Amino acid sequence: MADSDAIVEVRGIRKLYGEVEALRDVSLVFPRGKLTTLLGPSGCGKTTLLKIIAGLLPPSAGEVYVNGRKVTGPGPERAFVFQDFALLPWATVLRNVAFGLELRGLPERERHEAARRYIDEVGLAGFEAAYPHQLSGGMRQRVGLARALAVHADILLMDEPFSAVDEQTRRKFQEDLLSLLSIERKTVIFVTHSIEEAVYLSDQIVLLSRRPGTVSRLVSAGIARDKGPDEIRRDKNYLDAVDDIWHALKRYLV
Amino acid sequence: MLAQLGSRSLFWHILSFGLFFGAWELAGRIPISLAFPPASQTLLALLRMIADGSLLKAYLNTFQPLGIGLVICAIIGISCGIGMGLSRSFEWFTLPIFVMLQAAPMAAIIPLITYIYGIGLTSKVLAVLFLAVPVVVMNAYKGIRNTHPSLLEMCRSFQGTRKQEIVKIILPYARGMIFTGLRLGAAMGFIGIVIAELLITPTGIGDLITYHGSVAEYAEMFAAIASIIVISALAIGGLERLERRLFPHEHAAK
Repeated sequence: MADSDAIVEVRGIRKLYGEVEALRDVSLVFPRGKLTTLLGPSGCGKTTLLKIIAGLLPPSAGEVYVNGRKVTGPGPERAFVFQDFALLPWATVLRNVAFGLELRGLPERERHEAARRYIDEVGLAGFEAAYPHQLSGGMRQRVGLARALAVHADILLMDEPFSAVDEQTRRKFQEDLLSLLSIERKTVIFVTHSIEEAVYLSDQIVLLSRRPGTVSRLVSAGIARDKGPDEIRRDKNYLDAVDDIWHALKRYLV
Repeated sequence: MLAQLGSRSLFWHILSFGLFFGAWELAGRIPISLAFPPASQTLLALLRMIADGSLLKAYLNTFQPLGIGLVICAIIGISCGIGMGLSRSFEWFTLPIFVMLQAAPMAAIIPLITYIYGIGLTSKVLAVLFLAVPVVVMNAYKGIRNTHPSLLEMCRSFQGTRKQEIVKIILPYARGMIFTGLRLGAAMGFIGIVIAELLITPTGIGDLITYHGSVAEYAEMFAAIASIIVISALAIGGLERLERRLFPHEHAAK
Protein backbone atom coordinates (compact mmCIF):
# COMPACT_ATOMS: atom_id res chain seq x y z
CA MET A 1 0.00 0.00 0.00
CA ALA A 2 1.23 3.46 -0.77
CA ASP A 3 1.82 6.03 1.95
CA SER A 4 -1.24 7.52 3.58
CA ASP A 5 -0.74 10.78 1.74
CA ALA A 6 -1.77 9.26 -1.57
CA ILE A 7 -5.38 10.07 -2.38
CA VAL A 8 -5.41 8.44 -5.82
CA GLU A 9 -3.26 5.59 -6.93
CA VAL A 10 -3.26 3.78 -10.27
CA ARG A 11 -1.55 0.42 -10.68
CA GLY A 12 -0.55 -1.25 -13.89
CA ILE A 13 -3.11 0.51 -16.04
CA ARG A 14 -3.30 -0.70 -19.61
CA LYS A 15 -5.83 0.44 -22.17
CA LEU A 16 -6.49 -1.04 -25.58
CA TYR A 17 -8.76 0.48 -28.19
CA GLY A 18 -9.25 -2.55 -30.40
CA GLU A 19 -5.75 -3.26 -31.67
CA VAL A 20 -4.30 0.07 -30.59
CA GLU A 21 -2.55 0.21 -27.26
CA ALA A 22 -3.17 3.63 -25.73
CA LEU A 23 -1.64 3.11 -22.30
CA ARG A 24 0.89 0.53 -21.11
CA ASP A 25 1.62 -0.35 -17.50
CA VAL A 26 0.97 3.05 -15.97
CA SER A 27 1.44 3.17 -12.20
CA LEU A 28 1.23 6.50 -10.41
CA VAL A 29 0.59 8.02 -7.02
CA PHE A 30 -1.24 11.31 -6.68
CA PRO A 31 -0.53 13.07 -3.38
CA ARG A 32 -3.43 14.54 -1.42
CA GLY A 33 -3.98 18.27 -1.70
CA LYS A 34 -1.55 18.67 -4.61
CA LEU A 35 -1.99 19.58 -8.23
CA THR A 36 -0.57 16.98 -10.57
CA THR A 37 -0.51 17.46 -14.31
CA LEU A 38 -0.43 14.76 -16.93
CA LEU A 39 1.68 16.15 -19.72
CA GLY A 40 2.65 14.58 -23.00
CA PRO A 41 2.51 14.73 -26.79
CA SER A 42 -0.92 14.58 -28.35
CA GLY A 43 -2.28 11.06 -28.60
CA CYS A 44 -0.26 9.84 -25.62
CA GLY A 45 -3.34 8.75 -23.74
CA LYS A 46 -3.37 11.44 -21.05
CA THR A 47 -7.09 12.11 -21.42
CA THR A 48 -7.72 8.36 -21.51
CA LEU A 49 -5.84 7.99 -18.22
CA LEU A 50 -7.84 10.82 -16.66
CA LYS A 51 -11.13 9.24 -17.78
CA ILE A 52 -10.05 5.90 -16.36
CA ILE A 53 -9.34 7.59 -13.02
CA ALA A 54 -12.75 9.26 -13.28
CA GLY A 55 -14.37 5.88 -13.83
CA LEU A 56 -15.76 6.97 -17.18
CA LEU A 57 -13.66 4.43 -19.09
CA PRO A 58 -12.84 0.90 -17.95
CA PRO A 59 -9.13 0.00 -18.12
CA SER A 60 -8.17 -3.14 -20.05
CA ALA A 61 -5.94 -4.10 -17.13
CA GLY A 62 -4.89 -2.58 -13.83
CA GLU A 63 -6.70 -0.86 -10.96
CA VAL A 64 -7.55 2.58 -9.66
CA TYR A 65 -7.61 3.23 -5.92
CA VAL A 66 -9.19 6.28 -4.35
CA ASN A 67 -8.55 6.74 -0.64
CA GLY A 68 -7.26 3.18 -0.63
CA ARG A 69 -10.48 1.72 -2.05
CA LYS A 70 -10.61 0.18 -5.49
CA VAL A 71 -13.06 2.00 -7.76
CA THR A 72 -14.71 0.85 -10.98
CA GLY A 73 -17.01 3.77 -11.77
CA PRO A 74 -17.59 7.45 -11.08
CA GLY A 75 -17.90 8.43 -7.44
CA PRO A 76 -18.91 11.43 -5.34
CA GLU A 77 -15.32 12.10 -4.27
CA ARG A 78 -14.29 12.88 -7.86
CA ALA A 79 -15.63 15.68 -10.07
CA PHE A 80 -14.79 16.14 -13.74
CA VAL A 81 -14.19 19.37 -15.66
CA PHE A 82 -14.63 18.83 -19.38
CA GLN A 83 -12.53 20.14 -22.23
CA ASP A 84 -15.66 21.16 -24.17
CA PHE A 85 -17.39 22.39 -20.96
CA ALA A 86 -20.34 19.94 -21.33
CA LEU A 87 -22.93 22.52 -20.30
CA LEU A 88 -26.64 22.06 -20.91
CA PRO A 89 -27.45 24.61 -23.63
CA TRP A 90 -31.09 24.92 -22.50
CA ALA A 91 -30.25 25.59 -18.85
CA THR A 92 -29.16 28.82 -17.17
CA VAL A 93 -25.79 29.23 -15.49
CA LEU A 94 -27.51 28.69 -12.15
CA ARG A 95 -29.07 25.38 -13.17
CA ASN A 96 -25.87 24.22 -14.87
CA VAL A 97 -23.78 24.89 -11.79
CA ALA A 98 -26.39 23.18 -9.60
CA PHE A 99 -26.77 20.24 -11.99
CA GLY A 100 -24.46 17.86 -10.13
CA LEU A 101 -26.50 18.50 -6.99
CA GLU A 102 -29.75 18.19 -8.95
CA LEU A 103 -28.69 14.69 -10.03
CA ARG A 104 -28.10 13.87 -6.37
CA GLY A 105 -31.67 14.85 -5.60
CA LEU A 106 -30.95 17.91 -3.47
CA PRO A 107 -34.00 20.20 -3.07
CA GLU A 108 -33.99 23.22 -5.34
CA ARG A 109 -33.51 25.85 -2.64
CA GLU A 110 -30.44 24.16 -1.19
CA ARG A 111 -28.75 23.42 -4.47
CA HIS A 112 -29.33 26.93 -5.78
CA GLU A 113 -27.88 28.35 -2.60
CA ALA A 114 -24.75 26.25 -3.02
CA ALA A 115 -24.55 27.06 -6.73
CA ARG A 116 -24.75 30.80 -6.07
CA ARG A 117 -21.81 30.59 -3.71
CA TYR A 118 -19.61 28.89 -6.30
CA ILE A 119 -20.80 31.16 -9.09
CA ASP A 120 -19.52 33.98 -6.90
CA GLU A 121 -16.29 32.17 -6.21
CA VAL A 122 -15.41 31.64 -9.88
CA GLY A 123 -16.24 35.28 -10.61
CA LEU A 124 -19.52 34.88 -12.49
CA ALA A 125 -21.80 36.76 -10.07
CA GLY A 126 -24.51 38.51 -12.06
CA PHE A 127 -24.60 35.84 -14.78
CA GLU A 128 -26.85 33.38 -12.92
CA ALA A 129 -29.70 33.79 -15.41
CA ALA A 130 -27.54 33.76 -18.57
CA TYR A 131 -27.46 30.83 -20.97
CA PRO A 132 -24.19 29.17 -22.06
CA HIS A 133 -24.39 30.51 -25.62
CA GLN A 134 -24.41 34.04 -24.22
CA LEU A 135 -21.06 33.50 -22.49
CA SER A 136 -17.49 33.52 -23.79
CA GLY A 137 -15.44 30.30 -23.78
CA GLY A 138 -13.59 31.31 -20.63
CA MET A 139 -16.83 32.09 -18.80
CA ARG A 140 -18.34 28.78 -19.90
CA GLN A 141 -15.41 26.92 -18.41
CA ARG A 142 -15.87 28.88 -15.18
CA VAL A 143 -19.40 27.45 -15.13
CA GLY A 144 -17.93 23.97 -15.62
CA LEU A 145 -15.49 24.56 -12.77
CA ALA A 146 -18.20 25.91 -10.45
CA ARG A 147 -20.34 22.84 -11.20
CA ALA A 148 -17.44 20.57 -10.23
CA LEU A 149 -16.75 22.56 -7.04
CA ALA A 150 -20.41 22.60 -6.01
CA VAL A 151 -20.57 18.84 -5.42
CA HIS A 152 -17.83 19.03 -2.75
CA ALA A 153 -15.62 16.39 -4.31
CA ASP A 154 -12.11 16.13 -2.87
CA ILE A 155 -10.62 15.45 -6.26
CA LEU A 156 -10.97 17.63 -9.33
CA LEU A 157 -10.22 15.95 -12.63
CA MET A 158 -9.60 18.59 -15.29
CA ASP A 159 -9.30 17.56 -18.92
CA GLU A 160 -7.47 20.29 -20.86
CA PRO A 161 -9.89 22.79 -19.36
CA PHE A 162 -8.28 25.84 -20.95
CA SER A 163 -7.51 24.48 -24.40
CA ALA A 164 -10.67 25.98 -25.94
CA VAL A 165 -9.93 29.37 -24.38
CA ASP A 166 -7.78 32.17 -25.79
CA GLU A 167 -4.31 32.82 -24.39
CA GLN A 168 -5.08 35.92 -22.31
CA THR A 169 -8.21 34.43 -20.78
CA ARG A 170 -6.26 31.28 -20.08
CA ARG A 171 -3.58 33.13 -18.08
CA LYS A 172 -6.16 34.92 -16.01
CA PHE A 173 -8.00 31.65 -15.48
CA GLN A 174 -4.81 29.87 -14.38
CA GLU A 175 -4.14 32.56 -11.78
CA ASP A 176 -7.71 32.41 -10.56
CA LEU A 177 -7.55 28.63 -10.36
CA LEU A 178 -4.47 28.78 -8.16
CA SER A 179 -5.97 31.32 -5.78
CA LEU A 180 -9.20 29.30 -5.69
CA LEU A 181 -7.31 26.12 -4.86
CA SER A 182 -5.48 27.84 -2.02
CA ILE A 183 -8.91 28.34 -0.37
CA GLU A 184 -10.63 25.12 -1.45
CA ARG A 185 -7.90 22.57 -0.59
CA LYS A 186 -8.55 20.14 -3.41
CA THR A 187 -6.48 17.48 -5.04
CA VAL A 188 -6.32 18.24 -8.73
CA ILE A 189 -5.35 15.99 -11.61
CA PHE A 190 -4.93 18.17 -14.64
CA VAL A 191 -4.40 17.18 -18.27
CA THR A 192 -2.66 19.63 -20.55
CA HIS A 193 -0.38 19.73 -23.56
CA SER A 194 1.04 23.12 -22.59
CA ILE A 195 4.43 22.89 -20.84
CA GLU A 196 4.16 26.43 -19.47
CA GLU A 197 0.72 25.72 -18.06
CA ALA A 198 1.94 22.51 -16.44
CA VAL A 199 4.96 24.14 -14.83
CA TYR A 200 3.04 27.20 -13.71
CA LEU A 201 0.22 25.24 -12.08
CA SER A 202 1.67 22.00 -10.84
CA ASP A 203 3.24 20.61 -7.72
CA GLN A 204 4.07 17.47 -9.66
CA ILE A 205 4.26 16.83 -13.40
CA VAL A 206 3.88 13.41 -14.97
CA LEU A 207 5.52 13.18 -18.38
CA LEU A 208 3.95 10.56 -20.59
CA SER A 209 5.66 9.08 -23.62
CA ARG A 210 4.16 8.80 -27.05
CA ARG A 211 1.67 5.99 -27.71
CA PRO A 212 1.54 3.58 -26.09
CA GLY A 213 1.63 6.00 -23.19
CA THR A 214 3.95 5.07 -20.35
CA VAL A 215 5.24 7.20 -17.50
CA SER A 216 8.41 8.68 -18.87
CA ARG A 217 9.39 10.91 -15.94
CA LEU A 218 8.13 12.64 -12.82
CA VAL A 219 9.08 16.27 -12.37
CA SER A 220 8.58 18.48 -9.34
CA ALA A 221 8.52 22.02 -10.54
CA GLY A 222 9.66 23.29 -7.16
CA ILE A 223 8.20 26.71 -7.54
CA ALA A 224 7.48 28.70 -4.43
CA ARG A 225 3.77 29.47 -4.34
CA ASP A 226 4.19 32.58 -2.18
CA LYS A 227 5.25 34.64 -5.18
CA GLY A 228 2.93 36.55 -7.46
CA PRO A 229 2.01 35.14 -10.86
CA ASP A 230 4.23 37.53 -12.79
CA GLU A 231 7.21 36.81 -10.56
CA ILE A 232 6.71 33.08 -11.01
CA ARG A 233 6.79 33.45 -14.77
CA ARG A 234 10.18 35.17 -14.48
CA ASP A 235 11.47 32.79 -11.80
CA LYS A 236 14.63 30.88 -12.69
CA ASN A 237 13.22 27.58 -11.46
CA TYR A 238 10.15 28.08 -13.64
CA LEU A 239 12.17 28.81 -16.75
CA ASP A 240 14.56 25.93 -16.09
CA ALA A 241 11.70 23.49 -15.58
CA VAL A 242 10.01 24.57 -18.81
CA ASP A 243 13.31 24.14 -20.66
CA ASP A 244 14.01 20.78 -19.05
CA ILE A 245 10.59 19.38 -19.93
CA TRP A 246 10.79 20.70 -23.45
CA HIS A 247 14.04 18.78 -23.97
CA ALA A 248 12.51 15.66 -22.51
CA LEU A 249 9.43 15.87 -24.72
CA LYS A 250 11.20 16.94 -27.89
CA ARG A 251 12.35 13.43 -28.69
CA TYR A 252 8.73 12.27 -28.94
CA LEU A 253 8.03 14.72 -31.71
CA VAL A 254 8.61 13.63 -35.24
CA MET B 1 -31.50 47.82 -37.17
CA LEU B 2 -33.61 44.68 -36.86
CA ALA B 3 -36.76 46.56 -37.89
CA GLN B 4 -34.90 47.93 -40.87
CA LEU B 5 -33.83 44.46 -41.85
CA GLY B 6 -37.39 43.23 -41.43
CA SER B 7 -38.86 45.95 -43.63
CA ARG B 8 -36.21 45.37 -46.26
CA SER B 9 -36.97 41.65 -46.46
CA LEU B 10 -40.69 42.53 -46.59
CA PHE B 11 -39.94 44.74 -49.59
CA TRP B 12 -38.23 41.86 -51.41
CA HIS B 13 -41.07 39.53 -50.53
CA ILE B 14 -43.61 41.91 -52.02
CA LEU B 15 -41.46 42.46 -55.09
CA SER B 16 -41.03 38.74 -55.74
CA PHE B 17 -44.75 38.12 -55.27
CA GLY B 18 -45.49 41.02 -57.60
CA LEU B 19 -43.18 39.67 -60.30
CA PHE B 20 -44.59 36.17 -59.93
CA PHE B 21 -48.23 37.23 -60.24
CA GLY B 22 -47.39 39.72 -63.00
CA ALA B 23 -45.78 36.98 -65.07
CA TRP B 24 -48.69 34.67 -64.36
CA GLU B 25 -51.20 37.33 -65.45
CA LEU B 26 -49.24 38.01 -68.64
CA ALA B 27 -48.87 34.31 -69.48
CA GLY B 28 -52.59 33.77 -68.94
CA ARG B 29 -53.52 36.70 -71.18
CA ILE B 30 -51.33 35.73 -74.15
CA PRO B 31 -52.62 32.91 -73.55
CA ILE B 32 -49.99 30.18 -73.51
CA SER B 33 -52.70 27.54 -73.20
CA LEU B 34 -56.48 27.50 -73.10
CA ALA B 35 -56.26 25.61 -69.85
CA PHE B 36 -54.11 28.33 -68.24
CA PRO B 37 -56.15 31.15 -66.71
CA PRO B 38 -54.59 34.51 -65.80
CA ALA B 39 -53.94 35.32 -62.14
CA SER B 40 -56.84 37.77 -61.90
CA GLN B 41 -59.44 35.24 -63.06
CA THR B 42 -58.01 32.62 -60.69
CA LEU B 43 -58.32 35.10 -57.83
CA LEU B 44 -61.93 35.87 -58.76
CA ALA B 45 -62.71 32.15 -58.95
CA LEU B 46 -61.14 31.71 -55.51
CA LEU B 47 -63.34 34.50 -54.08
CA ARG B 48 -66.44 32.90 -55.67
CA MET B 49 -65.59 29.53 -54.16
CA ILE B 50 -65.06 31.11 -50.76
CA ALA B 51 -68.38 33.00 -51.07
CA ASP B 52 -70.48 29.97 -52.06
CA GLY B 53 -68.94 27.86 -49.28
CA SER B 54 -67.67 25.11 -51.55
CA LEU B 55 -64.06 25.74 -50.57
CA LEU B 56 -64.81 25.62 -46.85
CA LYS B 57 -66.82 22.40 -47.29
CA ALA B 58 -63.98 20.83 -49.27
CA TYR B 59 -61.41 21.72 -46.61
CA LEU B 60 -63.55 20.35 -43.80
CA ASN B 61 -63.57 17.08 -45.76
CA THR B 62 -59.83 17.16 -46.38
CA PHE B 63 -58.80 18.14 -42.87
CA GLN B 64 -60.59 15.25 -41.21
CA PRO B 65 -58.28 12.44 -42.44
CA LEU B 66 -55.31 14.83 -42.37
CA GLY B 67 -55.93 15.80 -38.73
CA ILE B 68 -56.56 12.23 -37.58
CA GLY B 69 -53.50 11.07 -39.51
CA LEU B 70 -51.20 13.70 -38.06
CA VAL B 71 -52.29 13.07 -34.47
CA ILE B 72 -51.74 9.31 -34.84
CA CYS B 73 -48.48 10.03 -36.65
CA ALA B 74 -47.23 12.22 -33.79
CA ILE B 75 -48.01 9.54 -31.22
CA ILE B 76 -46.62 6.57 -33.16
CA GLY B 77 -43.75 8.46 -34.74
CA ILE B 78 -42.37 10.08 -31.62
CA SER B 79 -42.67 7.00 -29.45
CA CYS B 80 -41.13 4.73 -32.08
CA GLY B 81 -38.32 7.20 -32.72
CA ILE B 82 -37.54 7.59 -29.02
CA GLY B 83 -37.72 3.83 -28.54
CA MET B 84 -35.32 3.25 -31.41
CA GLY B 85 -32.96 5.92 -30.11
CA LEU B 86 -32.85 4.44 -26.61
CA SER B 87 -32.87 0.70 -27.27
CA ARG B 88 -30.51 -1.09 -29.62
CA SER B 89 -32.75 -4.12 -29.98
CA PHE B 90 -35.81 -2.00 -30.79
CA GLU B 91 -33.66 -0.12 -33.30
CA TRP B 92 -32.53 -3.36 -34.92
CA PHE B 93 -36.14 -4.49 -35.20
CA THR B 94 -37.79 -1.32 -36.55
CA LEU B 95 -35.16 0.79 -38.31
CA PRO B 96 -35.23 -1.20 -41.60
CA ILE B 97 -39.03 -0.84 -41.79
CA PHE B 98 -38.93 2.93 -41.58
CA VAL B 99 -35.95 3.27 -43.89
CA MET B 100 -37.86 1.21 -46.46
CA LEU B 101 -41.05 3.20 -45.95
CA GLN B 102 -39.16 6.44 -46.38
CA ALA B 103 -37.72 5.26 -49.68
CA ALA B 104 -40.93 3.67 -51.03
CA PRO B 105 -42.80 5.62 -53.71
CA MET B 106 -46.16 6.44 -52.11
CA ALA B 107 -48.26 6.40 -55.25
CA ALA B 108 -47.39 2.74 -55.75
CA ILE B 109 -48.65 1.78 -52.29
CA ILE B 110 -52.00 3.60 -52.54
CA PRO B 111 -53.68 1.02 -54.79
CA LEU B 112 -52.69 -1.63 -52.27
CA ILE B 113 -54.17 0.37 -49.40
CA THR B 114 -57.37 0.85 -51.39
CA TYR B 115 -57.48 -2.85 -52.20
CA ILE B 116 -57.32 -3.76 -48.52
CA TYR B 117 -59.16 -0.90 -46.79
CA GLY B 118 -61.53 0.34 -49.49
CA ILE B 119 -62.09 3.95 -50.40
CA GLY B 120 -63.18 5.35 -47.06
CA LEU B 121 -61.61 7.43 -44.33
CA THR B 122 -59.29 4.62 -43.19
CA SER B 123 -57.44 4.51 -46.48
CA LYS B 124 -56.89 8.26 -46.50
CA VAL B 125 -55.64 8.32 -42.95
CA LEU B 126 -53.28 5.48 -43.86
CA ALA B 127 -52.02 7.44 -46.85
CA VAL B 128 -51.15 10.34 -44.54
CA LEU B 129 -49.49 7.96 -42.09
CA PHE B 130 -47.39 6.14 -44.67
CA LEU B 131 -45.96 9.41 -45.86
CA ALA B 132 -45.62 11.29 -42.58
CA VAL B 133 -44.59 8.68 -39.99
CA PRO B 134 -41.12 7.77 -41.36
CA VAL B 135 -39.82 11.34 -41.24
CA VAL B 136 -41.16 11.88 -37.71
CA VAL B 137 -39.61 8.60 -36.55
CA MET B 138 -36.26 9.25 -38.18
CA ASN B 139 -35.97 12.75 -36.73
CA ALA B 140 -36.85 11.65 -33.20
CA TYR B 141 -34.45 8.71 -33.55
CA LYS B 142 -31.58 10.86 -34.78
CA GLY B 143 -32.27 13.54 -32.18
CA ILE B 144 -31.95 10.94 -29.42
CA ARG B 145 -28.92 9.25 -30.98
CA ASN B 146 -27.09 12.52 -31.61
CA THR B 147 -27.14 13.60 -27.97
CA HIS B 148 -23.76 15.16 -27.36
CA PRO B 149 -21.54 12.37 -25.93
CA SER B 150 -19.79 14.66 -23.47
CA LEU B 151 -23.16 15.62 -21.93
CA LEU B 152 -23.81 11.92 -21.35
CA GLU B 153 -20.33 11.56 -19.89
CA MET B 154 -20.97 14.59 -17.69
CA CYS B 155 -24.17 13.01 -16.39
CA ARG B 156 -22.35 9.76 -15.62
CA SER B 157 -19.45 11.56 -13.95
CA PHE B 158 -21.94 13.12 -11.49
CA GLN B 159 -23.43 9.66 -10.89
CA GLY B 160 -26.65 10.35 -12.77
CA THR B 161 -28.92 7.33 -13.18
CA ARG B 162 -30.09 6.06 -16.57
CA LYS B 163 -33.52 7.54 -15.89
CA GLN B 164 -32.00 10.96 -15.08
CA GLU B 165 -29.87 10.70 -18.19
CA ILE B 166 -32.97 10.16 -20.33
CA VAL B 167 -35.21 12.74 -18.64
CA LYS B 168 -32.67 15.49 -17.97
CA ILE B 169 -30.24 15.14 -20.89
CA ILE B 170 -31.41 13.02 -23.82
CA LEU B 171 -35.04 14.12 -24.16
CA PRO B 172 -34.36 17.85 -23.71
CA TYR B 173 -31.50 17.53 -26.20
CA ALA B 174 -33.70 15.79 -28.76
CA ARG B 175 -36.87 17.86 -28.38
CA GLY B 176 -35.86 20.45 -30.99
CA MET B 177 -35.22 17.78 -33.58
CA ILE B 178 -38.40 15.93 -32.61
CA PHE B 179 -40.39 19.08 -33.27
CA THR B 180 -38.58 19.57 -36.58
CA GLY B 181 -39.68 16.02 -37.43
CA LEU B 182 -43.28 16.93 -36.65
CA ARG B 183 -43.08 19.95 -38.92
CA LEU B 184 -41.62 17.91 -41.79
CA GLY B 185 -44.20 15.21 -41.05
CA ALA B 186 -47.01 17.75 -41.37
CA ALA B 187 -45.60 18.82 -44.74
CA MET B 188 -45.55 15.18 -45.86
CA GLY B 189 -49.08 14.78 -44.52
CA PHE B 190 -50.32 17.53 -46.83
CA ILE B 191 -48.73 15.73 -49.76
CA GLY B 192 -50.22 12.42 -48.62
CA ILE B 193 -53.76 13.69 -48.25
CA VAL B 194 -53.80 15.38 -51.67
CA ILE B 195 -52.42 12.25 -53.36
CA ALA B 196 -55.03 10.17 -51.52
CA GLU B 197 -57.86 12.48 -52.56
CA LEU B 198 -56.74 12.42 -56.16
CA LEU B 199 -55.99 8.70 -56.41
CA ILE B 200 -58.46 6.97 -54.08
CA THR B 201 -61.78 8.79 -54.46
CA PRO B 202 -62.15 12.47 -55.18
CA THR B 203 -63.21 14.11 -51.93
CA GLY B 204 -62.48 17.46 -50.37
CA ILE B 205 -59.91 19.54 -52.13
CA GLY B 206 -58.99 16.66 -54.44
CA ASP B 207 -62.59 16.57 -55.58
CA LEU B 208 -62.60 20.32 -56.29
CA ILE B 209 -59.46 19.98 -58.40
CA THR B 210 -60.65 16.97 -60.43
CA TYR B 211 -64.23 18.19 -60.83
CA HIS B 212 -63.38 21.69 -62.08
CA GLY B 213 -60.70 20.24 -64.34
CA SER B 214 -63.13 17.79 -65.88
CA VAL B 215 -65.76 20.48 -66.67
CA ALA B 216 -63.08 22.84 -68.04
CA GLU B 217 -63.46 25.47 -65.28
CA TYR B 218 -59.76 26.03 -65.21
CA ALA B 219 -59.84 29.18 -63.14
CA GLU B 220 -61.61 27.26 -60.35
CA MET B 221 -59.22 24.35 -60.70
CA PHE B 222 -56.22 26.65 -60.40
CA ALA B 223 -57.79 28.44 -57.45
CA ALA B 224 -58.24 25.13 -55.62
CA ILE B 225 -54.64 24.12 -56.34
CA ALA B 226 -53.34 27.53 -55.27
CA SER B 227 -55.39 27.42 -52.07
CA ILE B 228 -53.93 24.10 -50.90
CA ILE B 229 -50.41 25.33 -51.64
CA VAL B 230 -50.99 28.52 -49.67
CA ILE B 231 -52.61 26.72 -46.75
CA SER B 232 -49.88 24.13 -46.41
CA ALA B 233 -47.16 26.78 -46.76
CA LEU B 234 -48.81 28.89 -44.04
CA ALA B 235 -49.22 25.88 -41.76
CA ILE B 236 -45.60 24.77 -42.16
CA GLY B 237 -44.30 28.34 -41.87
CA GLY B 238 -46.34 28.79 -38.68
CA LEU B 239 -44.89 25.61 -37.22
CA GLU B 240 -41.38 26.81 -38.04
CA ARG B 241 -41.98 30.09 -36.21
CA LEU B 242 -43.40 28.19 -33.27
CA GLU B 243 -40.30 25.99 -33.26
CA ARG B 244 -37.99 29.01 -33.05
CA ARG B 245 -40.01 30.43 -30.21
CA LEU B 246 -40.20 27.16 -28.26
CA PHE B 247 -36.55 26.17 -28.62
CA PRO B 248 -34.51 29.38 -28.86
CA HIS B 249 -31.39 27.85 -27.28
CA GLU B 250 -31.15 25.00 -29.76
CA HIS B 251 -31.15 27.56 -32.55
CA ALA B 252 -28.73 29.90 -30.84
CA ALA B 253 -26.28 27.23 -29.77
CA LYS B 254 -25.35 26.13 -33.27
